[in-house]
Amino acid sequence: MTENITPALAKFIAEKILKQANKISKLDEALISSGLIDSFSLMDLALFIEDTFGVRVEDTELNAQTFDNLSQLTELIASRM
Amino acid sequence: MTTFSNLLQRSYLEIPEKVSIVLQNAGQPDQEIIYRQLILGANRYALTLSREEIKAGEVVLLILQHGQDLAFSFWGAVLRGAIPAIMPFLSEKLSPERYRADLASLISITKPAAIITSAEFESEARSALVPGDSVRKLIVTNTVEPQSEPDFDSLAGIKASPEDISLLQHSSGTTGLQKGVALSHKAVLNQLDAYSKAINLDPEKDVIVSWLPLYHDMGLIACFLLPVLMRVTLVEMSPFDWVRAPYKLMQSVSQYKGTLSWLPNFAFNFSANKIRERDLEGVDLSTWRAIINCSEPVHAESHKIFAEKFSAFGLRPQALQTCYAMAENVFGVTQSPLDQSPVMDEIDREVFLTQRLATPPIVGRPAMKMMSSGQPLANTEIRIVGENGKELPDRVVGEIKMQSDCMLTEYYNRPDATELALRNGWYMTGDYGYLANGELYVSGRKKDIIIVGGKNIYPQDLESLASEVPGVHPGRTVAFGMYDEEAGTEEVVIIAEVDSEEPSEQEVIADAIRKHVTKSSAIALRHVRAVGEKWIVKTSSGKTARSANKDKFIKELNS
Repeated sequence: MTENITPALAKFIAEKILKQANKISKLDEALISSGLIDSFSLMDLALFIEDTFGVRVEDTELNAQTFDNLSQLTELIASRM
Repeated sequence: MTTFSNLLQRSYLEIPEKVSIVLQNAGQPDQEIIYRQLILGANRYALTLSREEIKAGEVVLLILQHGQDLAFSFWGAVLRGAIPAIMPFLSEKLSPERYRADLASLISITKPAAIITSAEFESEARSALVPGDSVRKLIVTNTVEPQSEPDFDSLAGIKASPEDISLLQHSSGTTGLQKGVALSHKAVLNQLDAYSKAINLDPEKDVIVSWLPLYHDMGLIACFLLPVLMRVTLVEMSPFDWVRAPYKLMQSVSQYKGTLSWLPNFAFNFSANKIRERDLEGVDLSTWRAIINCSEPVHAESHKIFAEKFSAFGLRPQALQTCYAMAENVFGVTQSPLDQSPVMDEIDREVFLTQRLATPPIVGRPAMKMMSSGQPLANTEIRIVGENGKELPDRVVGEIKMQSDCMLTEYYNRPDATELALRNGWYMTGDYGYLANGELYVSGRKKDIIIVGGKNIYPQDLESLASEVPGVHPGRTVAFGMYDEEAGTEEVVIIAEVDSEEPSEQEVIADAIRKHVTKSSAIALRHVRAVGEKWIVKTSSGKTARSANKDKFIKELNS
């Protein structure tokens, strides 16, 4: 199950947040601290994660300290599934 | 006529125990600040500024996050007779180098005598200083004077004249930071008086709930100066907390029986689309008598989805209101009357688009609905003028100009910009609109400004940043805003001509542009497109025609 997490997240971020469907996402690319995902889109990401994986990310966790790249986010989701 | 300091003194004597501000921070208990504490806290900063030999009439820059020190230092500067200016705090996504450059450029024009900031930000602020600049003191919040009973007669602010400049307001970005709107005590108090009447403000019953940042006019005026000076309790949460948990606004309205809020249009969509029902359990919004849509174009659809979502929680649909505001008039220019929903004007789409006339729809042809921004405040006059400056009749679209007893004194230290904006005592807004039956309908913009979530962005700032990216042809970049119906606000588009015609290489450069511009402006970009040579449309004089490029981009997007 966890092997599906990263591609699903990468697809959502590229298509829905960055509107750059062809973007190739790297696992260690900074997403929040780089400003690629702005604060308005963080909520979308949290809702997507909840709907797709049934995992809730609290609002106080929506920051670069909790996760800042795809691999950290995948790990966070997997640990709660 | 009075000044801010006179009003603070009276509140200190007359309502010391009334709650002025309830500060909310995620994960911490709410903090109530009564008027007595607010003014005692302000007095500590006034004494500190005095100790540091900051004189009346000098500018003090405040670089502080949401919290009590921001409130105390603002009113402290006022009591000292100095001119406070609130500067956005460095966010994690903005590069420190760029923030430093912006700060240095603001300092070079505004010439502040002091900066007040927190210990964690001290070194950052210090690095923006250069020998010989105007900043004599950098004051850190943990070095302020101890609390003592204020001796009002010795405070320079008490001797201020109503004509003196009370504060400066900047909008964001390199261009915005170089244009500080200077407002006198008299102008601000005239605005608060007129605006309070337009919304039937009642200090006994009203409670304002806000998450708006104070470096923006809607946050600073409607959700900070208005409540504090007019003696209305303010519940203030951090914008940082709100954007991650928008349901907190509803919970706070319910908890504190909030009556008034101001929101940019996108926040109606954001709240309606992103809040889950489970976060609204037990929430009662029936006390909310006005939620005023302001600071970016208003959309009826945004009101509709907001009302649909929250009516189950006691929200009255007629609480949704509109306002047209700008810092140059302190804040409000128009306000929709609160006893009814904003007027909707149905007009013929084709006549509107081709002839710039707002005429009733013709049966069988497409119509469009315009939502009114309300009527001019009692102290403000509005005219619609054509290209030649001549006044236009009702229902003809032209530039909105405005005159009032609460206009800016000047753009601070910018006589050039002041002269351009003011003509015979009228302020040219750069917005297009029309009047009908005394209601103002704002329909577009003459100026090339992008408004995202209520924040003004100058496209030339983004274009020059994009030009800095390797592989991009300098000067061959264009930035513009595009309205996104789902978000309820504009999204930023950047197009840049690059050396390569190879799609995969263009993708890499587009990525680099996105990173560089975001890091240097703290603005998230939606569409970033790297294109081949000669894509960008220029005018005959070689200037980038933003609207022509926007039309071309939209056509390609839809094809």
